[in-house]
Amino acid sequence: MSVTELDTVKAEAATEPRRVNKRELWSARGLLLPAVIFLILLTQVPFVVTIVYSSLKWNLLYPNDRGFTGFDNYKSALTSGDLWPSIVATVLITAFSVILSVVIGMLFAILLDREFRGRAIARTLMITPFLVMPAAASLIWKYSMFDTNIGILNWLSRALHLPVVSWSTEHPMLSVVIVLTWQFTPFMMLILLAGLQGQDKGILEAAQVDGAGTWRTFTWITLPHLRMYIEIGVLLGSVIILQVFDPIAILTKGTGGTKTLAYLLYERAFIGLDVGQAAAYGVVTVILTIIVATVALRTLFKVFMAGGSR
Amino acid sequence: MLSSKRALTFGAGALASALALAACSSGNVSTDSGSGGGDAGGKVTLNLATVNNGQMKDMEKLKTEYESANPGTTVNFQVMEEGDLRAAVTADVASGAGQYDVVTIGAYETPQWGANGWLVDLTDSLKSDSSYDVDDILPPVRDVNTYDNKLFAVPFYGESSILMYNKDVLSKAGVTLGDSPTWQEVADAAKKVNSADMSGICMRGKPGWGDLFAPLTTVIQTFGGNWYDDQWNATVDTPEWKEAVTFYKTMLDTSGEKDPVSYSFNECLTALKEGKAAMWADASVAASMLEADDSPVKGKMGYAHMPVNKTQQSGWLWSWNLAIPSSTKNKDAALKFVKWATSKDYIKLVGQKIGWSNVPPGSRTSTYEIPEYKEAAAAYAPITLDVMSSVNPKQPGVNPQGWVGIQYVSIPEFQDVGNQCAQLVADYIAGRGSVDDALAKCQSLAQAAGDKHKS
Repeated sequence: MSVTELDTVKAEAATEPRRVNKRELWSARGLLLPAVIFLILLTQVPFVVTIVYSSLKWNLLYPNDRGFTGFDNYKSALTSGDLWPSIVATVLITAFSVILSVVIGMLFAILLDREFRGRAIARTLMITPFLVMPAAASLIWKYSMFDTNIGILNWLSRALHLPVVSWSTEHPMLSVVIVLTWQFTPFMMLILLAGLQGQDKGILEAAQVDGAGTWRTFTWITLPHLRMYIEIGVLLGSVIILQVFDPIAILTKGTGGTKTLAYLLYERAFIGLDVGQAAAYGVVTVILTIIVATVALRTLFKVFMAGGSR
Repeated sequence: MLSSKRALTFGAGALASALALAACSSGNVSTDSGSGGGDAGGKVTLNLATVNNGQMKDMEKLKTEYESANPGTTVNFQVMEEGDLRAAVTADVASGAGQYDVVTIGAYETPQWGANGWLVDLTDSLKSDSSYDVDDILPPVRDVNTYDNKLFAVPFYGESSILMYNKDVLSKAGVTLGDSPTWQEVADAAKKVNSADMSGICMRGKPGWGDLFAPLTTVIQTFGGNWYDDQWNATVDTPEWKEAVTFYKTMLDTSGEKDPVSYSFNECLTALKEGKAAMWADASVAASMLEADDSPVKGKMGYAHMPVNKTQQSGWLWSWNLAIPSSTKNKDAALKFVKWATSKDYIKLVGQKIGWSNVPPGSRTSTYEIPEYKEAAAAYAPITLDVMSSVNPKQPGVNPQGWVGIQYVSIPEFQDVGNQCAQLVADYIAGRGSVDDALAKCQSLAQAAGDKHKS
């Protein structure tokens, strides 16, 4: 008796929630709608507008000479010879900065992943470079580190009787990479530190009992465990550094193979004042970024996968 | 029951968000009209875009004087580097965005922007004000800011370029320079006084047409080269250019500052003040900063005409001017501020409040008749006036040219061409490429721009 009663109750309830769920789903969608519209307005509409601009002949210096030109802007963007060096500069600067900041960030994360007095203060101090605004960081490096007269680096080399280094003139790419590495090391350190602190201490103890040394424990247990965190760090770091602008504008002005895509875009739009051509460069950049994101990163992570045990 | 409740909640939520949106937009509208209708005597915020030179920073210090004399008006200074300023202001004014009420523009922009109708014509409103005395503005500077007999901008200061040198250092090395030295004499002198602690000469090397190419163009012109001939044919791949650019690099290599890509006006000024460089050929306005009370080299500096090679004069003629974009919503308030900032009284105000050697030079004839200024600027005021009146913006080089102006070509494409060429030359100066490659690429960039102006 009671069993059948339960069954009937269940059967009734099975139809009701489905209807409610549908309604709930729609009202949830309705509530989300303003946000979705807002997001589309903010991200997709500008992109469509950019595509439209890229087919226009529109130089701000000639306000009366505007019109449709089809693919002329793309033609000039692809044939001007500026695009390829710029892609190379972007890839090199991003790769060097990301790799260096992961390596150095790992070092600091391991050092901070132990108990010592003042650890909280040390950690806060280590994070500071990431909190400095990029333009301010570049200015600090330009004047107080790299400068040939008053910079600390050249003060050091003078004190050690080494030749004075003209950073921005002789080593433009290295200067940019150094500033970026300084900025992004704390970012990598934070991510890797989170990974290290999420590690099961029991496994490490077991490894120690089994007679594994520090190096073996690190390469065989800690590193595979950190792989996911490294991937996240590399991915986020690459995405942010790909669009780097400040150190180039402040230190090198795009000379010596440091004219990244972001800087090239800035030059076309704000110095060339050619809206059409700048938009075409922008669209080409987006296409290239999508290709890199889908192909290169996947291959990169496959290499990681093959090495690990996950 | 449940569903109707949810529908109600959703409806209420939608209504609330719609209300919130409406509130936001109406809020925006009211602030816009508030600042737009400010001329009627309400609160006005003037946005002023300006360049980060010392004279402009002094104006920012003195803006409170203006604000207290004109209650309700706030002047918001947006100080930028020369290159950034040019980019930001051109983009704003050309697109009619109306972000700025007063803009600082160079003599290069004024005639072009005036022709485009981007600037408010100031001729009548300044002529009708006898206390402003528009005829007191130095004639050559007034001329470069005039297009089609209309004055579109008023100079905040005018400048030429001169050679500045540390007399103590040069006399210790046994070097004497005349009033009008040649570039070869200057290069030799720089070599003699160059040492590990002090570079012989500081010259701009920062890539940018307003940075590196301001002095370099005058060097090229006095070596007999120019950007274009009088038919708009680019003349960059000529032996004169090569000789001048090679000369510039050799001088920097043997006795210039160590890191030229980082150096422009402000960096060289610091180097001179700190005793890290002995000579400097740059804007004449720098002299007033070297002679300021807080300058360690005050009274130790000597001044001469810009070095020459084949021409009689090689100084440039440049002015930074205040102009009002047509897109401003506060035209009357902006005009009032522009008049104040370029008036005779403002010049006296700077003298009294900041120091007579900081007075903005090269804008008004009357400035050079103020006794306090004559005394404070004794070292450089006469040569500044002398150079500014002897340069010839119609033909600064050896051959005739199709535009008026000295260290620039007054066509819209020039900042792009100059900027890209500056990067190519900077790569050559840093030893990453040959002079022939750099000039060949620059030639094709310049020719593409020149073709648009052939008639």
